[in-house]
Amino acid sequence: MTTPILKVTGLTMDFGGIRALDSVDLDVRQGEIAALIGPNGAGKTTFFNCVTGIYIPTAGEVMLTPAGSNKSKNLKGLKPNQVTQRGLARTFQNIRLFSRMTVLENVMIGRHCRTKAFILGAILRNRATRREERKILEYSYALLEKVGLANQADEFAENLSYGAQRRLEIARALATEPLLLLLDEPAAGMNPQETKELDELIKKISREGQAILLIEHDMKLVMSLSDRIFVMDYGKMIAKGNPAEIRTNPDVIKAYLGE
Amino acid sequence: MDYFIELFCSGITRGAIYALIALGYTMVYGIIGLINFAHGEIYMIGAFTSFIVATVLSIYGFPLLAIIVVAGVAAAVWSSAYGFTIEKIAYKPLRHAPRLSPLISAIGMSIFLQNYVLLAQTSDFLPFPELIPDFAFMEPIAHIVGSSDLVILITTTVVMIILTFVIKFTRIGKAMRATAQDRTMAMLVGINVNNVISATFIIGSALAAIGGMLIASHIGQINFYIGFIAGIKAFTAAVLGGIGSIPGAVLGSLVLGLTESFATGYVSSDYEDVFAFALLVLILIFKPSGLLGKDETQKV
Amino acid sequence: MFTLKEIKKTVLISLWFVFLTFPLMVIKVDPIEKTVLWRWHNALYVAIGIFCIRCLIEFFRHRKQQKEKKKKNSSDDSQALIHRILVDPRKRNIMLGVLLSLVVIFPFVFDTYQTNIMITALMYVVLGLGLNIVVGMAGLLDLGFVAFYAVGAYSYALLNHHFGLGFWAVLPIGGGLAAFAGILLGFPVLRLRGDYLAIVTLGFGEIIRLILENWNEFSMGPSGISNIDRPYFFGINLSLEHSILYLYYIMILFLIVTIFIVNRLQNSRLGRAWIALREDEIACQAMGIDKRKTKLVAFALGAFWAGVVGVIFAAKTTFINPASFTFLESAIILSIVVLGGMGSIVGVIFGALILILLPEYLRALSEYRMLAFGAILVAMMVFRPQGLISKIRRTYTFKQE
Repeated sequence: MTTPILKVTGLTMDFGGIRALDSVDLDVRQGEIAALIGPNGAGKTTFFNCVTGIYIPTAGEVMLTPAGSNKSKNLKGLKPNQVTQRGLARTFQNIRLFSRMTVLENVMIGRHCRTKAFILGAILRNRATRREERKILEYSYALLEKVGLANQADEFAENLSYGAQRRLEIARALATEPLLLLLDEPAAGMNPQETKELDELIKKISREGQAILLIEHDMKLVMSLSDRIFVMDYGKMIAKGNPAEIRTNPDVIKAYLGE
Repeated sequence: MDYFIELFCSGITRGAIYALIALGYTMVYGIIGLINFAHGEIYMIGAFTSFIVATVLSIYGFPLLAIIVVAGVAAAVWSSAYGFTIEKIAYKPLRHAPRLSPLISAIGMSIFLQNYVLLAQTSDFLPFPELIPDFAFMEPIAHIVGSSDLVILITTTVVMIILTFVIKFTRIGKAMRATAQDRTMAMLVGINVNNVISATFIIGSALAAIGGMLIASHIGQINFYIGFIAGIKAFTAAVLGGIGSIPGAVLGSLVLGLTESFATGYVSSDYEDVFAFALLVLILIFKPSGLLGKDETQKV
Repeated sequence: MFTLKEIKKTVLISLWFVFLTFPLMVIKVDPIEKTVLWRWHNALYVAIGIFCIRCLIEFFRHRKQQKEKKKKNSSDDSQALIHRILVDPRKRNIMLGVLLSLVVIFPFVFDTYQTNIMITALMYVVLGLGLNIVVGMAGLLDLGFVAFYAVGAYSYALLNHHFGLGFWAVLPIGGGLAAFAGILLGFPVLRLRGDYLAIVTLGFGEIIRLILENWNEFSMGPSGISNIDRPYFFGINLSLEHSILYLYYIMILFLIVTIFIVNRLQNSRLGRAWIALREDEIACQAMGIDKRKTKLVAFALGAFWAGVVGVIFAAKTTFINPASFTFLESAIILSIVVLGGMGSIVGVIFGALILILLPEYLRALSEYRMLAFGAILVAMMVFRPQGLISKIRRTYTFKQE
């Protein structure tokens, strides 16, 4: 078996005296869709924030390994931008788009860490810069086509519908060419139609070989998408397995329904 | 030793004045999260109003006690009116604007008020009438502590006690604390947030006006520019104590007053204002939550 | 439109302002002569003034509402004239050509005095463009911008005074030192939240000024440095008149270079990152943008321009002292950016020309200059936060290959 893309071991996070994450283990394999579920306040978003560098975890390891290589990179303690640079991109639970930038520009920002023109390049606008700009544009536009927003490329992001904003966030994250895509409640607040479109979109991205880890409350969506599911409660990982196993796991049922 | 005590007392006096102004900053910040840059100008207008009223009354030959009372009340009333009006003009329309917009508006208001006073009155330094007589019982220690220091200290303490009472026990005080914690929630439980904000500006302005009158009679002269430096220093004090916290503002002011007093007394008086600015920069960089403030956690 | 109720309200507001301004506007005491001057006419002016202002505001608000109603019915969105010109490349080139020729012949049409004023205005245009990088694009409210201007001016003054270095040699040094100062200040403060950053930069600006004022051995204190060399023209010492002319063309050239560079920066990978940073810092970092570095670059670039203009300022006036670098100077530059439109290059140019030239030509109004600057900051934030000329939205044309 190959090394998993993301391997988190013993991740622990304390806020003052409160232990929000207690020695959490999780791994995401190449090309799969993994889901992280759990009741509200279980620590799922905290987990994301620790992995992506927004919080610095108290203890634990976060290892990222590119597909087909065995060179692992430790992400623990890196800044969010360094984490993204190393290949982990995320979306946010409450949408955080650049609302006064156009849809296309939002995606172009995602290309930032894969391109390098700087002050001199910007001022001289030499051939290399022009080529890079053109490539950014092409790449971003292609992504918009993939998520079905190409015809709204010049709209301000804030003028998009809710579902479209969610898809734009995914496109923006994909623009960073992540090894692993982290989706924080992508279906939150969506109507059934939008959820269905999202389901198709995630499957489409996954078919192209993109590994995905998502947090989600919509069980139908989770069961339909996931290859494996991790369940958290009170900051601890209480179960993991494929959808069928999770559905019948007594600990999971207890966590969701109470005693 | 006498010199040390003298510096200590003058530091406490300074601190007491800063506290009166800093409270306005901290209360407004606590409620609408705005650095009310024009607050220093409110203080300056308070000093000017009391100057005008006191001088007019003394020219017409009123007794000293009447002059003090009327000038103090007038300063508080007019400063409050200015505070109230400024909020309505420059801040209320921007309540949902990006965070920097009200700050720019506040800076504009500050510049406007400075020049308004400059044009309406004068750019010269004006001699402030001596309102506080030298008390006979202070005679033995007069070379260390002046009578006006004593008056400032007593007035400030009384004002603080009243303020604490208002905020702890009255209806408007409770509404203010509720609004500071969560404005939307306060609105939902039926608190008229606009009134609470207005009340905050009025109270803060009245305190600043009293501070303005006290310091003007202590130093003995005023001009249109005094609000800028005093405002920055009081803001420094508020941040030092932890902005949004009322006891913090008082503590911060005393610390700042003492620091300045000792620094100018023992180091050099040329750099008096540099100490305050440097302190401000250092606190904001190393401990933006101040001495008694709460850390602001950013939600993701 | 003007119902009785509205008029009544307006009258009440006027009366409130009469009360508000009563002690300061009406009474004037002379504490030495012991006389009181009652200026009742001022109360009348205030009442009439406030009444008119309030009527105007209501009138415009009413008209705006009408317009918005109309807009909903018909779908045409009429753009401002200036936008239409700028969007069409042919019209834009014609306009630029006309402007350029006007600017070039300006000193031959007007006298030295006018040229001198124009140099000042152009300096503020460049200062505005520099601050615009920091405030308009990157969204960092820098209230101590004048400090970098001072660094530039003092670099030239001191290097010239002590070592006899010439204008052209110091121009890049001044800019570089200012940019360095920007980075030095930037390191600690850039992790601060927006409003705290504003206050810290203000404090920094004041510290620099106070040091210049008090450190006599270094800066010669409040009396300043005089007899600074004007720029030499290929080693020739020009007459006063010619050197003003020369400085004017230097300034024009420098302005063109600045506009060119700022425009390119704005439409680059870096420019996009600045705007994204202004919009949402956390999302920006999550997209792999190094927040620290991006902000520092904005700070340093803004400071660089301030430094260069500082050198030019010292060369133009041949005398500098700390009084030229007060907080009010920062506020004036900020007013220019805010009036013109944050992030808009054309806006900043217009803003600077209006704010600097108007008070020069309307001498009667010049004492109300700072009053107006303050009022402009408030009014722009309340009524038109996007400025006179808002930034043109950049759209990208995409051709599939």
